[in-house]
Amino acid sequence: MPKTDALQGSLDLLVLKILSRRPRLHGYAIMTAIASTSGEVLRAEQGSLYPALHRMEEAGWIRAEWIKKDTGRRARIYELTAAGKKQLGAEESRWQSVSLAINRVLREV
Amino acid sequence: MSLWSRISNALRGERLNREIEEELQSHIEEAIASGHDPDEAHRTFGSILRQREASHNIRVAGWLESLLADVRFGWRQLCRNKVTSLAAVLSLALGIGSCVAAFRLIDALLWRPLPISNSSKLYVLSRKLTGLEGKPIDDGYWATPDFKLMRDAVKDQADLIAISDAERTDIILSAGDDVEKAHVVYVSGNVFPLFGLEPALGRLLAPADDRASGAGPYAVLSWDYWNHRFGRDPHVLGRSLHISDQTFEIIGVGPRDFTGTEKGTVADIFLPVSMSSLAAHENVTWQRTFLMLKSGVNPATALEPLRQHLSAVSHAFEIECSTCFRGVPQATIDRLFDKKLVLHPAGAGISDLQKDYRRFLGVLGLLAALVLLIACVNVANMMTAQAVARAQEMALRISIGAGRRRLVQLILCQSALLAVFASALGALFAAWSAPFVLSLVNPPDNPARLALPADWRVLLFGSGLLILVVLLLGLLPALRASAVRPVAVLKGGEDPHSPRRLMRGAIAVQVAFCCLVLFLSSLFVASFQHLQNRPLGFSTDRLLLLETVAGKGQLPVVWNQTAEALRAVPGVNSVAISGWPLLGRIMINSDISINGAPPSSTPAFFLNASPGWLSTMKIPLVSGRDFRPQDASPGAAIVNETFVKTYFPGQDPIGRTFERGANQPLNTIVGVTPDVPYHDLREPTRAVFYVPFDEIGDQSAPKAVDFATFVIHTDSQNPLALADSLRQFIAQRHNGLRVSNITTQLNLVRDQTIRERLLATLAAFFAAVALLLAGIGLYAVLNYSVLQRRREIGIRMAIGSTRAGIVRIVTLDVFLMIALGGCTGITLGFGAAHYVASLFYRVKATDADMISLPACAILLTALVATLPAVFRALRTDPTEILRAE
Repeated sequence: MPKTDALQGSLDLLVLKILSRRPRLHGYAIMTAIASTSGEVLRAEQGSLYPALHRMEEAGWIRAEWIKKDTGRRARIYELTAAGKKQLGAEESRWQSVSLAINRVLREV
Repeated sequence: MSLWSRISNALRGERLNREIEEELQSHIEEAIASGHDPDEAHRTFGSILRQREASHNIRVAGWLESLLADVRFGWRQLCRNKVTSLAAVLSLALGIGSCVAAFRLIDALLWRPLPISNSSKLYVLSRKLTGLEGKPIDDGYWATPDFKLMRDAVKDQADLIAISDAERTDIILSAGDDVEKAHVVYVSGNVFPLFGLEPALGRLLAPADDRASGAGPYAVLSWDYWNHRFGRDPHVLGRSLHISDQTFEIIGVGPRDFTGTEKGTVADIFLPVSMSSLAAHENVTWQRTFLMLKSGVNPATALEPLRQHLSAVSHAFEIECSTCFRGVPQATIDRLFDKKLVLHPAGAGISDLQKDYRRFLGVLGLLAALVLLIACVNVANMMTAQAVARAQEMALRISIGAGRRRLVQLILCQSALLAVFASALGALFAAWSAPFVLSLVNPPDNPARLALPADWRVLLFGSGLLILVVLLLGLLPALRASAVRPVAVLKGGEDPHSPRRLMRGAIAVQVAFCCLVLFLSSLFVASFQHLQNRPLGFSTDRLLLLETVAGKGQLPVVWNQTAEALRAVPGVNSVAISGWPLLGRIMINSDISINGAPPSSTPAFFLNASPGWLSTMKIPLVSGRDFRPQDASPGAAIVNETFVKTYFPGQDPIGRTFERGANQPLNTIVGVTPDVPYHDLREPTRAVFYVPFDEIGDQSAPKAVDFATFVIHTDSQNPLALADSLRQFIAQRHNGLRVSNITTQLNLVRDQTIRERLLATLAAFFAAVALLLAGIGLYAVLNYSVLQRRREIGIRMAIGSTRAGIVRIVTLDVFLMIALGGCTGITLGFGAAHYVASLFYRVKATDADMISLPACAILLTALVATLPAVFRALRTDPTEILRAE
């Protein structure tokens, strides 16, 4: 699954941000949340969402839990950990500096 | 946490897969529930399988998972050949267990530092000089006055410590108690503080307790003695302890793990050196002298000046010493002064057991290592054969993309499994065998004792051995298997000879090792047999020895009366008295001076014996007569043939006289006996003379005797049956005599051969194992080779090869390998034998039967091992083979 670091980084950032605002979401809800809050501009590619979630879980940024849904099926919901909050801060400031830099380049040209 | 969860995930891989799948399914359901078309939902989501793989790889430790898979696979491989695997595990376990046991013994006796602080700064002083028999010896014993001078001379740089060897001593714990034995060690007062030892109870000896002769009647018990004799009773403090006429107060108990500095003997009681009657003598060398460098003194630069300083002080002491060399011939004095003081590191303690068993343990370790190597070669061969059988599988694995590293891992996993099982079994074997072998060292009534803890040292050695074994077993087959060229193998035509070449090389190695083991073993077994069958010159049959003491001494008449009374006891056939038993621990030499000339430089050894001693011992007279009751010493003497050869060559000795040193009274030779071993079965024949048990002192008055041995010939086959009643019989006479030790002459002879017997037994055991393993290995390789060459043999038969020709092609190269290995083994054996020659008795490595015996054994084994394969080759049916092709 080839993917550039910037894209992967931004997916992490989006997921962490969504989870910081609305804890305890399952994968599908995270995906729709990204789409709706970005005004349907950003769409998390479905194929990379779960590997990203699992990677962040192994890194200890988010924590997963099985719950029973109304339909009787189980769903796996995620929430932010303390380490995740710190990571979110770092990702946000990185994003800020990158976008600032890109904007500056755009203005100059 | 992450690594841990990945490891635990790896252990539950299947469940993890289900969970991931369930999560992905629930995602698609959510999509459908929120109004998407099911087909579209599936399509936009993409391949579930691929996503699951991606997530799986993220969430588990991949290396562990593949390792687990390999272990499982290896286990199945082992289970497929249950008998072979079991044999492999058992033979490896025996090898590993023997190696670990040998290491435990070697480490405990020779390497393990004493449990004291600064053991690396501890040295022991000894003197290298030429011994009585012209051989270089190392004398480690010192006179206390000499020690004190040296101690004061170097006190700025180092502390000198005096410690005697543990002496099995008669002690009485409190008045009215029976006499019992304990290992008593005399130590200088600075030992405990310098060793940094803390008491378990009470206090330890201090320098003040050792200041003046007789001023410190205090005893410290070792923890071990306190534990097994007193059951750790804290009220032991203040109790008294009697040793001959001295009384000591028990003031403390030493630390738990400190058993003294004499490895192999556990000290029971520590007493101050100044309390020993030997400490006051200038000419009695009896204590070991240790040197502990002070902190900040660099051993590299300070030791040599210290040694020279100590040497000069000790030399000056000996020159000054007025009593040291009274009446000693000048040649002996010259010999004694021509010596070199040496310092040896003594952090691992110092003992005679170390000296006697260093080579022994080296041989034991070598034999164990060789057996392990032979077992390893066998198992490696087995694995090579299996790897060849799996060449197709390996080729397939490589073609579909398996990394070569992974293949190496696969095979190493299997060898690791074998090695781990074998190590577990081997650990059990070592746990049992090391103490067992130790218990066979030394006579049964005074066994060697060593701490054999299974601590990190043993663990480290065991792990190192395990890794070595894994590599030995697996590396070659693994590299071979991973070097498979898939194209060639899948075509079905890789060089079929290459694995056989490898295995044949292994055969040569195995035979060489086996030959070495057999060669050494036959040398040791022959040594033992020679020693055991050595003509003694006296009879050990039904001879009971009562080693008897008499406090401050009793007149000979009392001893003779007791002997007379013992003769009347039913079951007693004859009774004689000697100063000490033959082949016991005691040997005393005496200068011999003929016709008033200065004493000869070769001394003779002597023994006091009562009339009838010769006949009780069944020692015949060559000429002359036995002692008579009225004979006394000095006066009459009986000498052995070597004595005659040494001092009266070519003369009739009867009636001739000699003196025991210059200006001593005359002794007249009344009889001559054949040579009998005096102190050691291995010794060269010594000049020995016997003098009457009754001795006359300076004022023509009989001399009191404080110890002697009753030699009793009993009617019963088992002389020890009478021992207790005779001991009580002597005690009831209340004449001051007390039996201190009971043994038989047979036991004393047996005790002489303990080391040789043990070595011969162990060597024979290892030889049998090595031969068996080599035989199995040979059989397996030949059998495999015949199976491999079935096609070739079939074709050869079809085109008219004779049976002899078939046998030749099957066995020729193997026997060449055996010959090559055998020669290498014998050559190695010569080298090894040179190193351990001191353990031999009247055998030489170059003796013809010592070489032919192992060679025959190997050849016979090889014949037996090759027969099945040869028959299999001859039974090959060419039509069947060619049809199958």
